[in-house]
Amino acid sequence: MTIIRLRSIIIKELWAILRDPRTRIILLVPPIVQLLIFGLATTLEVKNMTLGVLDRDGGAWSQELLQRVAGSPNVTRIIPLKNEQDLREAIDRQHVIAALRFDSHFSADVASGRGGVVGLVSDGRRSNAAQIVSGYLDQIAAGVGASVSKTQTGSSSSGGSVVINWFNRNLDYLWFTMPALVAVISAISAMSVVAQSVARERELGTYDQLMVSPLRVGEILIGKMVPPVLIGTFITTVYVILIPLVFRVPLTGSVALLYGALFIYLLALTGVGMLVSVLSATQQQAFLGMFLVAIPVILLSGYASPIDNMPHWLQVIAHLDPATYFLKVTEGVFLKAMPAADVLDNCWPLALICVVTLSASALLFRSRME
Amino acid sequence: MTQWFDARRFGALLLKETRQILRDPSTALIAFVLPLLLLFIFGYGVNLDTPRSRIGIDRRDDSQAAVSLAQDFIGSRWFEVVDSQPVATLSRELVAGHIRGIIVIPDGFGRDVARGGGSIQVITDGSLPNTAGFVGAYAEGVRAAWAARHALEQGRAPHGVGHPPAIAIEHRYWFNPELRSRFFLVPGSIAVVMTMIGTLLTALVVAREWERGTLEGLMATPIGMGELILTKIVPYFVLALCSMALCTLLAVTLFGVPFRGSPLALLAISAVFLLPALGQGLLISAATRNQFVASQLALLTAFLPTLLLSGFLFEIASMPRVIRWLTYLVPAHYLIPQLQTVFLAGDDWGLYLPDMAALLGFGALFFAIAIRVTRRRVA
Repeated sequence: MTIIRLRSIIIKELWAILRDPRTRIILLVPPIVQLLIFGLATTLEVKNMTLGVLDRDGGAWSQELLQRVAGSPNVTRIIPLKNEQDLREAIDRQHVIAALRFDSHFSADVASGRGGVVGLVSDGRRSNAAQIVSGYLDQIAAGVGASVSKTQTGSSSSGGSVVINWFNRNLDYLWFTMPALVAVISAISAMSVVAQSVARERELGTYDQLMVSPLRVGEILIGKMVPPVLIGTFITTVYVILIPLVFRVPLTGSVALLYGALFIYLLALTGVGMLVSVLSATQQQAFLGMFLVAIPVILLSGYASPIDNMPHWLQVIAHLDPATYFLKVTEGVFLKAMPAADVLDNCWPLALICVVTLSASALLFRSRME
Repeated sequence: MTQWFDARRFGALLLKETRQILRDPSTALIAFVLPLLLLFIFGYGVNLDTPRSRIGIDRRDDSQAAVSLAQDFIGSRWFEVVDSQPVATLSRELVAGHIRGIIVIPDGFGRDVARGGGSIQVITDGSLPNTAGFVGAYAEGVRAAWAARHALEQGRAPHGVGHPPAIAIEHRYWFNPELRSRFFLVPGSIAVVMTMIGTLLTALVVAREWERGTLEGLMATPIGMGELILTKIVPYFVLALCSMALCTLLAVTLFGVPFRGSPLALLAISAVFLLPALGQGLLISAATRNQFVASQLALLTAFLPTLLLSGFLFEIASMPRVIRWLTYLVPAHYLIPQLQTVFLAGDDWGLYLPDMAALLGFGALFFAIAIRVTRRRVA
């Protein structure tokens, strides 16, 4: 009996979502477009920067430094500035992210061994980019400086650090973003679908029909969990095919492990979404409530900025976020060939989130029935 | 023939819409809880400033130099050394994500230092590129500082110490000298909040009216189309401005973000931005007439672009060319520099006006299409 009832409710739920052709399109097409656009757009590197230069020196060493700067792959344009006012305006109007300022005695200072100082004014409104640009320019200056020292004293460097980046040799940011988007976008899709489900029935009045049907609460909830899990699995499958093929991000770990973790992750997300749905009276409330939950789920997962950087109390909250765990799994399976034991370590908190949220939903669902 | 505009009718409808909005708890959720949530997340959570990274050390040399360098890593404010193990063991910790880097002090390090050399190896977790970059750079920083001190203790003048470096850069950061990422993230979250209210909330509410047929009911009354649209959007316009004011107040008082421009400029900037935002919301609702589809479209075309393609979190210049062009179609692209400027730099109408003109253009376009689509739907 249960099997037959379950089958019919699952068919009904799938039909409710996939019947509308526009809903089908909106569920399946955007995730792929998102992968392309947001995958390529969300980088914390700074490329194609435009720098300003106020060169009052015009000597050999300022030219040398400028040539190295212009040759950097991260710099696309250097705008010459005539005076202080030019410089101020270029920064104020955000025509340049930063401007180099050479004093008239710069080359003479370098040549004499006193050491030359270049001023760098950066736009602190974009403090993160400004900081990264400063780092690049420091490196270039140190490189030119080393060649100066070599010509002057003939000495070589002493010691150093050999930095090796495992899992992602060139620190390609795309290699981080792509696996992260698997976790983020499947979360948005799955939660959007499930959050609507109960609220929609209530708004349309079919909730009461469902209540008087022979279905049990557990069966209704299971029926409502199937579509988001299927949609999330579909989207992830498309990603798992596209990411290595189109974006050349290596998939080093076990795909089976990824799917195992994905299943538990999607269940945890449906649990969270279900709770929102049961608590809402209208679709509008459900959607906005889902949104309010989705924002911290995405932003605290480690996708927007590393969890390590958060204050301790927020790290505790971040560990209630299902996406935090699944992000570790996708990054691990794609880049680090993560072994089963480590994947499992991230799965049991997901299972716990799922059990807690679903039990709470079932309780609320039942209490609303009476 | 209906009168195009009637002040009494307009007032009555406006009151009705306002009451309807205020009655729904989800409005308060979006207008007041969401801004708080965003400010807290961006104020505390999304921190792009340098963290303290957990690392492991594999010291393969027992010389006094190697021990003292390892001690420097343990005492460093940039690192938290959690383990001292061979690389083979630590690499498992790196895969599991328990540590972010491994410092290898190789066999013979002390001997090499005595000869004037001495290199270490730094292994980072490249799956987190940003953190990996910091670990690499700061590890070299710790080593270089140790090398300089060690050389002094040994009574030798180390390289580079004693005379200044040949070329040094003197850094100055205007508007935000301490480089707090909070200072640009918190003003940016105002853009997200206004997009949410202007586009998402409007799209949802009006789509619901289409879904239920109450909008057609209103259109059957003598009210003019322009008047009807105005009564729908004015309450959200006001609500969004209230929300913006709340965000600004909290940003300045709670998060210590400077406010160097004038409140009037902020009001003008926000009001102008709300035109395309509201227009887009109306357009989405008229085009979809379905709450679920409208909500997803608003999420895709308004919220996510505002968050990711506006230059708020990610540098536009760093994006591939095609996507850079795409960002010019995102209204928030023109809002973010204005917000950052009004908060951090002070009023600069030369920067505001071109951006405002672009936003007005988008607003006019969205409204024109929205009205066309609505007419066609009704006809």
